[in-house]
Amino acid sequence: MASPAHTSNWRGRVDETLLPVIIALLSALVIGDVLILSFGQSPADVYKLLIEGSWGNAWGFGQVLFKTTTLIFTGLAVALGLRAGVFNIGAESQLAAGGFMAALIGIMLPAATPALIAILICMLAAMIGGGAVGAVPGVLKARFGAHEVIVTIMMNFVVLALLNYIVATHLHEPETLRTPDVNAGQVWRLSDFWESFHGSAANGVLLIGVVLAALVWFFLFRTRAGFELRAVGLQPAAAEYGGIHVGRVWFTTLTLSGAIAGLGGINYVLGYKGYYEEGFAGGAGFLGIAVALVGRNHPMGVVLAALLFATLSQGGLAIHALVPKDIVDVLQAAVIIAMAVSVPEVRRLLRQRGGRA
Amino acid sequence: MSSAIAAQDIHKHFGPVPANAGASVSVQAGEIHAVVGENGAGKSTLMRILSGMYAPDEGSVQVNGRDVTGWSTREAIEAGVGMVHQHFMLVPTLTVAENVVLGHEPKKGIRLDRATAVQKVNEIAARSRLSVPAEKLVSELTVGEAQRVEIVKTLYRGARILILDEPTAVLSPPEVQDLWQVLRQLRADGGTIVVITHKLDEVMEISDRVTVMRQGRTVTTVNTRETSPAELARAMVGRDVALPARGGGGGGGVGDVALALRGVRVKKRDGTIALDGINLELRRGEILGIAGVEGNGQTELIEVIAGLLQVSGGDLKLFGQTLEGDARSRFDAGIAHVPEDRHYRGLLLEYTVEDNLILGLQHLFTNNGLLRRNAIHQNAVEKVKDFDIRPPRTEGTAGTLSGGNQQKIVIARELTREHSVLLAAQPTRGVDVGAIEAIHTRLRAERAAGKAVLLVSADLNEILALSDRIAVLFRGRIAATLSRDEADQERLGAYMTGAASVGSA
Repeated sequence: MASPAHTSNWRGRVDETLLPVIIALLSALVIGDVLILSFGQSPADVYKLLIEGSWGNAWGFGQVLFKTTTLIFTGLAVALGLRAGVFNIGAESQLAAGGFMAALIGIMLPAATPALIAILICMLAAMIGGGAVGAVPGVLKARFGAHEVIVTIMMNFVVLALLNYIVATHLHEPETLRTPDVNAGQVWRLSDFWESFHGSAANGVLLIGVVLAALVWFFLFRTRAGFELRAVGLQPAAAEYGGIHVGRVWFTTLTLSGAIAGLGGINYVLGYKGYYEEGFAGGAGFLGIAVALVGRNHPMGVVLAALLFATLSQGGLAIHALVPKDIVDVLQAAVIIAMAVSVPEVRRLLRQRGGRA
Repeated sequence: MSSAIAAQDIHKHFGPVPANAGASVSVQAGEIHAVVGENGAGKSTLMRILSGMYAPDEGSVQVNGRDVTGWSTREAIEAGVGMVHQHFMLVPTLTVAENVVLGHEPKKGIRLDRATAVQKVNEIAARSRLSVPAEKLVSELTVGEAQRVEIVKTLYRGARILILDEPTAVLSPPEVQDLWQVLRQLRADGGTIVVITHKLDEVMEISDRVTVMRQGRTVTTVNTRETSPAELARAMVGRDVALPARGGGGGGGVGDVALALRGVRVKKRDGTIALDGINLELRRGEILGIAGVEGNGQTELIEVIAGLLQVSGGDLKLFGQTLEGDARSRFDAGIAHVPEDRHYRGLLLEYTVEDNLILGLQHLFTNNGLLRRNAIHQNAVEKVKDFDIRPPRTEGTAGTLSGGNQQKIVIARELTREHSVLLAAQPTRGVDVGAIEAIHTRLRAERAAGKAVLLVSADLNEILALSDRIAVLFRGRIAATLSRDEADQERLGAYMTGAASVGSA
């Protein structure tokens, strides 16, 4: 008898990488169908509406791109952490801290500052803001072995409350819970170039996000620091054997992860509103976890996953006419759960928590 | 002739790799049947097919004449076929009795009936002369005890056909003897036993018949009494092999002291003492063997020299210079290190072969922070050729290679690193006969080249075959240091178990 066809190596790898994603998406789709049917609606109608509301017109697509942008940053932040074996749940507050710092510096800059310089300064400020929030769990983990999941979750509460306090007591515009507008550093909107995007928030920060994804890929797979970071994530004992300071890698990774999430804050502050306000992150930090998982912690995958989740989120607004838009939340949750049980990285992470038997 | 369990013409692929390609085995009721072969020969796969863990792509499996091809482990257990795996599957936080009954618990209402569980475990243990402490926590057991618990667990589930995967890999010589006693007792009670191994002396000692595997096929099945280790080795490898000879390397040109330990003390993370005042001198051009039952400080001795543990007392000197700092500074000082567990420390199984070949050398393959991929690839091509790493693909992940070839990656990396001292911990553990021969030749060549070699091995034959001097570790101290001429199995065994002691030498 003939033996089974030999699949070539890259085919096997592609299967291994994509299969869990496809299975997760299909199972989410099935759950979505059941839910939609339970509301007495046709799944085909609802999905059609979802696509029309997101990709079907320029404004909706612009909103998708705007939401994609933030998710690229938070997704990359979480993915980078997971590559080093640390689970950064704090992207939410890192994003907010980055946005706040960018707004703060933008307010202090003189209005005459050249746009490019102002943008660069605000970007730096955003990275410092997010990086500082990420550095705290980094230090605590590297020095004292404190679990980063606990610390980053707690940091979310502390940092968000602190920012709200500062804005509410010292920095708010009268009668609002937002900061004043930045004086300089506004990023170009897509509608400045294509009239049909008019009114949508899509802006040039998307380009920064895509470039950043390429940089993260290059860092992970082409630099010595990336080699060492991934080694720590796969097997800390082997990394230690290879002369790598595991604690130091954890610290720098969490700091860098925070800085990336923080940089995402400029999408809102410089690309859209021009100010920081309460409730600014709006769950984009938490959704970054899902983006990283579905993107299999690969920068390219993160970009695509960000686009997927942004589409769902924007399309969710459109389907509200037929079914409650919360269905989209359920769909997202179903994707996350299906990914969490099927992705080897996640299983390994959970296993390593137990330490060595 | 009735065969208790048999497999015919089994084929099994994992992706593109054929693990079994026409394997047949027939085990008769009431015999101890050894299955031997090099690592990667397909022994474990065949056994997992027998025990229902895998379904074969082709071929059939029979138990007591009944066709059970493609059955599940549950069906296998119900039919009385149980497997004891190489890596134990026990819950460390539960007691022995709780582990044994897990999944089939005697109940009192909805609560576990602890007393009955303990009693049943003791019954089984007594019947098969397995001594297990029924009420101890599994985390407190020695490796030998944990293995006996695995056997008891299998028997508790009613196994009459017992398959053991490399059972002696983790045992000391006295524990191996205990295991043989147990297996003989089980056979006397009418049980059928299949033992996977690659150690030929064990085959000769314990088995009634032996099946030899090579490259996924079964080559031959013979009565053990009618064969010899040399004949088996030839069947396993497909050519003549030099079996490890007894006897050290002789005098040779032993040089000046390379590595000196003075009163070295090491504490484990839990605060207990792992090494308690070790004095040791390692000279150029010698192999110093460290014998001892596992867990008597061997791991810590190697790791403190390699910079993975810090001393809490005493000092280490390399050519008179005090050794300090982390693992990288020890590498830079000229200490190469083959770690005892290649999966834990030595390799990143999901990294490619070529990336594994620069682990710990990554700073030498970097330019301005960027990896020099061409140099890394070139390095791998050379090493794969020089050390005969198979398959010779440098871009496959290390995890897809057989244990022997994985170990060759580690050996290749460490022996070609610039070094004056080589720490070789369990260099041939889980490695096939052909590769053992190659690794032993490499270690002798190290000595001939004037390197100082510290060899830690659980295999006394290996220690005796290679070492010029032998130090025995017992409870974190050196119980004795013997010259090769003074040492033999019995004397070493006495020091290893604490029956004799002469203090440090």
